[in-house]
Parts: sequence; C-alpha cells; structure tokens
Amino acid sequence: MNGVEGFMYPNEVGLQWSVLIVLYPFITGLVAGAFILASLERVFRVEAVKPTYRLALLTALSFLLVAPLPLQLHLGHPERSPEMYFTPHSTSAMAMFGYVYLWYLMAVLVLEIWLDYRRDIVMLYQSSKGLLRLVYGIMTLGSTNISERALAIDDKVGWIVTLIGIPSAFMLHGYVGFIFGSIKANPWWSSPLMPVVFIFSAMVSGIAGVMLLYMAATRLRGQKIDVHCVDTIAMYLFYIFIIDFSLEMLDLIHRIYEADESFRSLNFLVHTQLYIPHIVIQICLGTLTPIILLGITQVVKLNEIVRKRMYVVAGCLTLVGIFAMRWNVVIGGQLFSKSFLGYTTYKMTLVTREGLLVAVFLTLLPLVFLWVFVKLLPPWPEKAAEAAAAGD
Amino acid sequence: MSVFKDAGHLFRFAGLFVLAFLIFLVVRHYVVPKSFGQYGHYRGAAMGEIAAHPVKFSGHDACEACHSDVAEKKNAGKHAHVNCEACHGALARRLPAPAEPAPDMLQKLVALAIPRPVADPPVVRHADDPSSVVPERPDTAVLCARCHAASAAKPKGFPQVVIAEHSNGLPCETCHQPHSPAIDAGGAK
Repeated sequence: MNGVEGFMYPNEVGLQWSVLIVLYPFITGLVAGAFILASLERVFRVEAVKPTYRLALLTALSFLLVAPLPLQLHLGHPERSPEMYFTPHSTSAMAMFGYVYLWYLMAVLVLEIWLDYRRDIVMLYQSSKGLLRLVYGIMTLGSTNISERALAIDDKVGWIVTLIGIPSAFMLHGYVGFIFGSIKANPWWSSPLMPVVFIFSAMVSGIAGVMLLYMAATRLRGQKIDVHCVDTIAMYLFYIFIIDFSLEMLDLIHRIYEADESFRSLNFLVHTQLYIPHIVIQICLGTLTPIILLGITQVVKLNEIVRKRMYVVAGCLTLVGIFAMRWNVVIGGQLFSKSFLGYTTYKMTLVTREGLLVAVFLTLLPLVFLWVFVKLLPPWPEKAAEAAAAGD
Repeated sequence: MSVFKDAGHLFRFAGLFVLAFLIFLVVRHYVVPKSFGQYGHYRGAAMGEIAAHPVKFSGHDACEACHSDVAEKKNAGKHAHVNCEACHGALARRLPAPAEPAPDMLQKLVALAIPRPVADPPVVRHADDPSSVVPERPDTAVLCARCHAASAAKPKGFPQVVIAEHSNGLPCETCHQPHSPAIDAGGAK
C-alpha cells in the first residue's frame, strides 16, 4: 500500500487530522501570545512595550476571529456548530472550550479594545462623515462621555479585564495542549506537560509575531522603529523561549529516560520521517538558532541596525519553529501505528477543502482583518497622542 | 450619582451582553428539540423515528427460498459465510421517488430557508415483488477489492492481492466465480 511501511491498523493508514488542525493551534497560539504581550504593558506596567500594546490587541482579535475557521472546514457542516452552545455536554472538553472561546472573544478582547479605544472612537465619530460616522456611532454604543472621570473608570475596568484575560489566554491555548495531552492512546501526545508546553510556545509565537508586525508596519508607514521597545520585546521573547525550550527538552529527556513500550517506534520516527521537520526545522532552525541570535543581542553590544536585523531573522525563524512544533505534534502523532509496528505518510493535497491553498488563505486572512481593524482603529502611538491632544 | 453617570457606557456594554444572552435563550428554546435529554444527551424522539424505519435486510434465508441453485454453489465454497446481501445489497429498496419538475431558483432558496419534510417513497422487498426491485449486478472489479486488496493490516492467511498486478484491469469474474471463487472449484463461469 502506498506510503505504508510495516503493520498499520486500517483506520490508521489515512490521517484523520490534516494541516488545518496544525494551523488551528498555531493561530490560537498567536492570539494568546499577542494578548500576553499586551498584558505586559497593561498589568505589569512594562512601559517600553507600550507602542505595541494596541497593535497586540488588534492582532489577537484578528487571529481569534479566524481561529475557528480551520476547525469548521475540517469538520464540515458549519451550520451545526451552534449546537455546541445550545446543547453542550459537560464532559466534553471541546464543548466547554466553545464557551471559553466566546468568553475570551467578547468579555476579554472586544471589551478591552473597546475600553482602550473609547476616547478615540468618540473623537473619530465626531470628526468623520457618512458610513464611517455610522460605524463609529455604533461603536460608541450611543455614549460620547469621555470626561476625565469616565476615562479613569475605563482605565480601571480595563486593568481588571486584562488581569482576567491572562488566565483566559492561558485557558484558550492550554486547552489545545489539554486535548492532545489527554489522548492516552497516543504516546506521542499523552503527557501532562503538553498544555504547559503549548502555553509557553504560544507566548513565544505571539510575541515574535507582534514584534515582526510592529517592525514591518512601522517601516511601511515610514516611521522610526522604537528600538527600546523592540529591545524589550526581544528580551522577553528570549527569556520565555528559554523556558519553552527547557520544557520541551524536559519532555524529550523524560521520554528517553522512561523509554516505555512506544519509545523504539517513536525514536525510529524521529530519526526518519520526522528528522527534517522535528530535528532540523523545529529544534535547530526554529528554536536553537533564534535563541542563539536573541542571546547574542542580550550579551554583545551591537549597533541598532544589526540588532533589528537579528530580531527580524530570529522572529521569522521562531514562527517557522513554532509552526513546525504544531506540525510535528499533530501530524507526527498520526504517522505511527498504535501497534508500534508500522508507519504511514501524510501527503498534503493542494486544492481541496483541507489542502495547502486553504491553509495559506487562512494564514493570510487574519492579516486582512488586521488591516481593516488598523484602518478603523489606528493603533499607532502618535495617533493616540493626536487624539488625546484633540480631546484636551 | 456621578459614578453611575460616568460609568453609563459600561452599563450599555453590559446591557448588550444581557440582550445577547436573552436572544440566545430565546433561540435555544426554539432550536433545541423538546425531547432532547429525555433519556440522555440526545433527542429522545429519535428512538421512535429510528424504530419506525422499515427493515431492509432480510437475511440469506429469504434469498435462498428462490435461488437455491446459487445457495448450493455458495455453501460449497469459500464464500459460504458471506451473506448474500453483503454483495448484492439489501433485499428491500425504496422505490424511486416520482419525478417532479425541477425547482426554479426562488423555490430552491425557499426550500433552503424553510426545509419541509419530504415523504419517503415506499420500501419494497425483492422477495415480495421481484420485478419492481431488481438488485444491481455488482462490479466485481470494485466489489472483490473491498475485501481482497492487499493491506498490511489484514491477517497473513487471508487471500489478498495487489489488484493492479494481479488482474491487469480485468474484472475478477473473468477467472473467479464470485459465489465459489477458488479457480479449481469451477473457474471461469
């Protein structure tokens, strides 16, 4: 049989979860990571990252809106998905997650963005005309009160919402790891470390993603990149990446030391089919290289241009590495037989419902949403300053 | 009082949530079937609906009553324990639905928005009315491959072949009699 080596049970030959299920944790990871970066400024008062605060929130929202689409496409029958909300089963982690998603979208992200932008929204409502005025008018919810006291209340409530948002972001992404980690029949997935590894890798990808978006957008707008800001983001990225890598290595070492009945089979897989995606792309290219690059920027005094270039390279490699991690978990976990006596292969299709083109489209779609949000609610610090000045 | 005045917009936002929740409850009331949860986490009325489905499979006895010559041949060969309906399909079939004029675009849209139940055509058994429901002659190139295509997951003793190499595109019945497939048991029919 094509692509099958040794013994496979009949239901293992074709993979059930495709590239779209790889994309799903990658996208939710970016959401959670972007939100954690935003919380650095809001809750932990890291003022240096302020220029990315609003961009991080809009990025999180854009990616969160796209997050369910890979699942909808994979499962089919999107018209049935509301049934998960209407008749949830209390023992289903996936059903409960539907509520976590909705909570995170509406009670955390939308509310926080609305509170943070309310002053701008009112100013834009008063200065715009036509359809835009109507849009901003709806966004004000009919309240144009931007008195000092009202804004102070917004600030306090926003702080509380962000504080609640941090565990929510952890739940949002920890859930994906929880689902994989609880599949006891699959030794590649079944590990209590899985949710923790997913959360930290989410933070890494989200922080790298927002850093790259901030640098690219600032460059495109012809503005000067705030080097102190990207230095600080890179520093946090470096530290969190080290924790993430340590956890992944802890998991790996534990598997090697434990060497249970699945070890020989998994070891063979890592040295053959998964060698390029796991060892070369995920660990060497996507983890060690960015950690070394970021580490160099932390210990060696480099000039601004070199640092920025290193951040761009490290950021891109980080995203590649985290995507490879999702790939290796989702696809890698389906390549071996539960009999540990055979292996199958995954051949990605191109123009099908779960093919490469759809995956590329879904990866780019959040950037389109982000573009619309940025046009509607400019996140740039100087715009906020202008709005503040106009309000005073 | 000024706190309430300055926090008025928050009450509006909260009001939106309450409104959305109320809409959710109303929609849920209409969307969730009344019998949901009657016996478990599913629609209770589904049990009765499934039980009311006409039985389509009849077992090999119903076939053998008329086709005793085929049964004799089959029972002497390797396929003795393969039920007739496993290859020929269920003994009872639905009669084809009466032809209706093709719906125009408007009718299609209305049907999408307001699906209406369509009465199923009646089920008739081949054994009761052999002329109205005739089992299709299976395509052996597809049918035999379902069980006999080589797979590492099948027991070693089970007869299996790599189809492309084995038959070179010829239908299996060119050499094998499906009711008693061993070539020395009868060969080509």
